[in-house]
Parts: sequence; C-alpha cells; structure tokens
Amino acid sequence: MAISDSERPINSVAGQSVEGALGAANQDVVWNHDHVLDLDDFSYEEIESVITLAGKMREVLDRRIARAPILRGFTMINLFFEPSTRTRASFELAGKVLGADVISVSANTSSVVKGESLIDTVKTLSAMTADAIVMRHGMSGAPYLASKHTRASVINAGDGSHAHPTQALLDIYTLKQRLGDLKDKKIVMVGDISHSRVARSGMWGFSAMGANVVLCGPPTLLPSGFLVNERPKHARSALPDVDIETNIDVAIKDADVVMALRLQKERQQGGLLPSLHEYSRLYQVTSERLSKAKSNHILMHPGPKNEGIEIGGDVASGSNSTIEEQVTNGVAVRMALLYLIAQKNQREN
Amino acid sequence: MTTLAIHNARVIDPELNLDGIADIVLVDGHIARIGPNEAEMVIDAERVDATGLVVSAGFIDLHCHLREPGFEYKETIATGTAAAARGGFTTVCAMPNTSPPIDSQASIESLLRQIEQSAQVRVLPIGCITVGRQGKELAPAGELVDSGVVALSDDGDAVADASLMQAALSYSSLFNLPVSQHAEDPSLVSEGQMHEGWVSARLGLRGRPSSAEEIFVARDIALAEVTGGRLHIAHVSTAGSVSLIAAAKARGVNVTAEVTPHHLTLTHELVAFDNNYKKIDYNASAKVNPPLRMDSDLEALGIGIRDGIIDAIATDHAPHSLSDKEIEFDLAAPGISMLETAFALAMTRVHDGTFPLGTLIRSLTSGPVRAWDLDKRTGLSGLGTLTPGAPADLVIFDPEMDWTVEPNNFLSKGKNTPIAGRTLKGKVLVTISEGEIVYEDSTAAGRLRLSARGERS
Repeated sequence: MAISDSERPINSVAGQSVEGALGAANQDVVWNHDHVLDLDDFSYEEIESVITLAGKMREVLDRRIARAPILRGFTMINLFFEPSTRTRASFELAGKVLGADVISVSANTSSVVKGESLIDTVKTLSAMTADAIVMRHGMSGAPYLASKHTRASVINAGDGSHAHPTQALLDIYTLKQRLGDLKDKKIVMVGDISHSRVARSGMWGFSAMGANVVLCGPPTLLPSGFLVNERPKHARSALPDVDIETNIDVAIKDADVVMALRLQKERQQGGLLPSLHEYSRLYQVTSERLSKAKSNHILMHPGPKNEGIEIGGDVASGSNSTIEEQVTNGVAVRMALLYLIAQKNQREN
Repeated sequence: MTTLAIHNARVIDPELNLDGIADIVLVDGHIARIGPNEAEMVIDAERVDATGLVVSAGFIDLHCHLREPGFEYKETIATGTAAAARGGFTTVCAMPNTSPPIDSQASIESLLRQIEQSAQVRVLPIGCITVGRQGKELAPAGELVDSGVVALSDDGDAVADASLMQAALSYSSLFNLPVSQHAEDPSLVSEGQMHEGWVSARLGLRGRPSSAEEIFVARDIALAEVTGGRLHIAHVSTAGSVSLIAAAKARGVNVTAEVTPHHLTLTHELVAFDNNYKKIDYNASAKVNPPLRMDSDLEALGIGIRDGIIDAIATDHAPHSLSDKEIEFDLAAPGISMLETAFALAMTRVHDGTFPLGTLIRSLTSGPVRAWDLDKRTGLSGLGTLTPGAPADLVIFDPEMDWTVEPNNFLSKGKNTPIAGRTLKGKVLVTISEGEIVYEDSTAAGRLRLSARGERS
C-alpha cells in the first residue's frame, strides 16, 4: 500500500504541489548540519527553519491521504538499541509519508557484548548505502561515535541521559503554535533532571529561542554544574543559562509552560527517592499547583507518562495540555529534518 | 670491564644537593665517579657528550601496567619496558592486575622469568592485596615478599571492605611492605565515567565524585594509624586528598602518595572539549580512574609535589588497544598510555613555575625510592641517586626541547593518549640502564656519541 501511494504523481497529492509549498518555505532555510546530534549547535535561525518547514509538513499530515513522496530513493535506517514505541514509530511514519525507504533494526545492547561493536554495525549499515541513520542508544554519546564512522547522516533519537534533539524541536514547534513566540517565556521542566535527555536538549533549544528555563526536581535528581556559578568563568558559554529550583510551587509560579518529565521507577530502587508516593506528593504536576502558573499556561509531557506519579490524570487530558499535539507534531518535525538532510546531501553530491 | 663516560653534563641530584656541570663515569653497571673533568681521565670508554643537557638518576615509576601475562594485545613486558626506556624510566613497578593476577608464588615466578627474558629496564613486581583481586581474603603476603614483590595493590579496584583493608595494613606491617590503595569508594563511583562536575552534567555521564576518593583516603589513613601499617595512596587526584595526606604526615602516620602526570596537568574538560566550548565530544582517551579533575585540584597537586606532601610522580601507564577505547564511552576502558609522555607532561609544571626542575627530578627518582625503601633491596643500594656505587641508571634530557606527541610512534602498544598532537617542552634523549644505553632518541643520534678519544664522531 505504501508503494502504491509513493508511486502516485506528486502533484496529485491532495490536489496541491507539495514541492511548491516546500519550495516557498525553502527560500530562506538556514541549515548546515550533516548530523543532528543535539541542539547545542543550533542557532535561532536554524531552529526557525525547522519549525517553518515542520508547519508545511504538518499540512501534509493533516490531508486525507497523508503522502508527499519527495524523498523517493532516500534510505533511512532506524537503529534502536533501546526499546521505544513512539519515537521509533514517529520516525518510521515521517520517512514513509515522504516516500523514503525505511528500515528498522532492533539492535539489542547485548549484541555489543556479543561482539558486534557499534562501529561495526554502523559501518555495515553505511555500506548498505543508508542516507540517514536514526539512532537511539542507552549510553550518552553513542551517536557522536557513530557519526565519525559513517557517511550517512546520524539523527540522534535519544542517547542515554544526554540528548533528545528531535523531542526538543517538536516541543518548540508545539509551543510556537500556541504562544507564537518563546521570547522571555518561563518554561519549567519538573522531574528527574539528572537522567533526562529531554531536559538537556530542551534547555539548549528553549534558550536558543529566548525562553527562560527553570529546572525543578529533588536535589538527588538535579546535577550540579548547570548553574553558571558552578562553572569556571572561561566555561560560561559551555551551557545555556538556566535557573534551578527545588521547590515546585516556587518554580511553577507565573510559568508560561510546565513540562513534567517521566520518572523512571528504578530511581527509587537506586536510593535517590524514598518512594514514588513521596515523589508524587512533592513533585507531581497537579491542577492545584498549576493554578499558580499563568492562566493560559501550557502543560507538556514528552511521554510515555506515569499518570498519578509525575503528572495528575486530570491535567494531562485538560485543555492546557498539548500532550497529544506533541505526538502529531513529532512526525512533522522529523519529516522536516529528513527533508533538510536529504536536501543538503543532494547539494553536496 | 665496560666503561661509559658522560662528558660535561648539567648534573642534577637533589639527594646529593648537586646541580652543576660535571662528568660521570660508569663502570660495570655502577656509578664509579662523578665530578668535573672525571671523564677526561678515563682511557678506554664509550663516550657521550652531554653539553647543554641535563643528567639525572633514571626515573622510577611506582605504578605502571605492563599487561603481561594475559593482555599481551594491550602491552607486553618487552614493549612496555621499551616505552619506559624511551620515557627515561629505568625502574618500573608493575601492577598485578594481569591474568592470572600476581597473587601467589607460582604466578610471580613465572612473571619474573618473563621479565628476565624480555625487560629492557628493571621491573619490580607488585603483588595483589587480596586473592584474585577479589577483595575477599588476603593474598599470602609472606610468600609474595619472599618471591620479590616490592608492594601490594589491588589497583584498578579499591579494597572496599574496611575490615579487610585494616587486616591488609596490619598484616603487611610484618614485612614493612607498602600497601598501595586505589582510593575510590565503589559505592560512590559505580558506573561512574568521569569526574562528577559540570562537564559530566553537560554530557549526561555518571560521575565519580572527588568525595569518593577523599572518603577512602581519610578512612585508610585512620586504618594505617591504628595498625602502624604502611599506606601508599596511588594516583592522588583531589585537593582534599592532598590536605588529608599533609595532615596525616604532619602527625607521623606512615603514609606516602603518588600523583600522575595527567592528574597534575589535565582537567575533566578534556573529555568534552578541545579548544572551545562550542562543540562537545566524548573523548574516551581522556577516560581514566580516578578521573581527571578540576583546575583547583591541579593547583593543590602541584603544591603537593612542591612541598613534598606527595612523594612521587608515577605514570599509571595504562595501555589499551584501539578497540578498548573506540567504543561507547561507558564501555571504554579507563587509562592513559603515559610512560613516553610522563616526563614532558610533568615538565609543564616546571615551565609554569609551580616547582623547580630539581623537585621534579626528586619526585621521579629519590622520592619514589624512599617512599617504598627500594634502595634497601639487594643490589639496589643508592638507587635513585648518582652516588658512586649506585646502579648506573641515568637519563639525559633536554628540558627546553619542543616535540609533538604522536601516538603512532609510541613504542608502547597502547596509543591511547588524550594529548596526541600536543607540543610538549622537555625531551628524554638518552636512557642508560645498568651502564647500557637502552634508549637513544633519533634526534640525538650522532649528536651525543663521542669517539674513544673524546672527540665528536
């Protein structure tokens, strides 16, 4: 079925020329990345380019037949060393909507132990002429290593506690849809900051867009070093300026955006929390706590969520919540990234 | 009778309070004479012209990993000691974390045979503290001493159990044997990949906090104090540890310590950043345990050497294969191939004025010898000094010569270094072990050798 869709002439897709629409958006695209490893090297203009293009992609997605086969002949390999449902499905769908050849490889981290190294795996996939490798890995930095051993573009779909740049981009896109502009908006991320790749990429992306980022969680889940005075002067620029607040009520006050982060249940077994019950008592994002945020605040969650632990069930499905929009927007943002990477590869080849 | 005469060197020996131009005459593997114009009076000798160069006793490394037996793909005694000779080291103490570990008479005798066959410089073995380095029961220290070990260590792992460490210090005092501890509390560093600080926070890597080291340094000092055992702290890396050791020494605790050239000169920033703070990387060549720390630690460690709080500079030479390092950061083996860069890297702190050259030489020669009483061993009287009668172990170096670190040219099998491409100032040109030239730098070839009559060849 996918094949017959992708065989459809481009101009017949929902009656409008997708390439024309993209072309218009394309004129002032700022993009110079071979890989998407994190947002730390993304400028405001680059993020704007992705978001604008994601808007066009969202239009495609909202059509009756969501197909715009502009990436025919582009091969994208999903290489997931960690289980994932939504990110993996989102990338697969993004590729398929654009007519790319999509292959998903479930590599168990134990295969590394069995002898096939990450570098071998990546080189093998490269030799199969992959254009992009979308990689999820449980260890921080793994996509950086991979990117040095392949001609394909590596897109980081989450590495350890380090980064999840496509999540941050889809969050920015979602917020811009609602707020228009992120400048001087107060964005509070609540939860397990220490182990959160969503928080790490979010702080770069939100800061690049001019927002004020506040990180909130119990001291055992907040790393030291994120505050500017915890770094030597010469390294000020090594991280964006953020604020840290352990009291959730103080953190949420007058917030424009509150993002609850998923709490991994093993944190309690690791001795970092007395109990999940205590965590939810102290840090659950509830309607009562949100009443101190701005009245038109936005509630986000990267998913999958533990309702009743880090987020109250009623607020998760409330009108301020963008949780479902985030999912749809995720596909659009990933389509935009694939398109930008394909364009750059084409220019260079 | 073989004679080697060194002409016109700047001879530095802090033990002899010597820093001046002199000749040195080596006869039959021992230092025979030292003084102005001594070489002129020797008739039949191989001659080296050291004009403009410094000569000191050969360097002594209390801490290196030669990997043999068991990990010959990383290093062998032959390649490791060739690297040592190139680095100016004439005596190296080999850590026992081999396979099998050196925890019995049988394993040590086999090791000694291998050393006899293939070592280019003196190798002194270190035995395990606990059987199989498992941290469960004491290895037979008496048997190990009789077989020739110079210290005990489970290096790579700390002896975590306090009562076992107490027993180790207490029992080894029977033989006056140093116990070298890798001081990091495992409960605080499990899965830790680098120094816990802003860089680990930035990279999303698990940290190894300074407190993990300081807790064990403090604990083991207390245990040494009650047992009278002889504690040696391996690779001290934090300012807090330097304070603890200084205080312990001041009240007479039997404790000694070493610092590595990399902990003296490199920081945790090297894991993530090269020249700017824009772009990050996960540089596994800078992964080492204990981890590279902060500027403030470097400062304290420099003072530790300057003031003699830290007895020795030891390399913790830890060679690894490319495949051990070019892998996910969490899986990469910790350690740096250091023998060939140790002297020049440590010279950084001489050139920046932290301590004088004589202090560096002391930390590489008589400091380590006295820490472990190596000169009390048979045949090693005078080791680490240029005293007549001492082993003819010498190094000739140019303290000002620039050179670039090129790991592919290392004699060590381990090319793992975070300072590849860096230009260092200070180069070993000739290394002499028991009166024989065991290393001569290519840039020195022809320049230093003199004819039998004392003319340039």
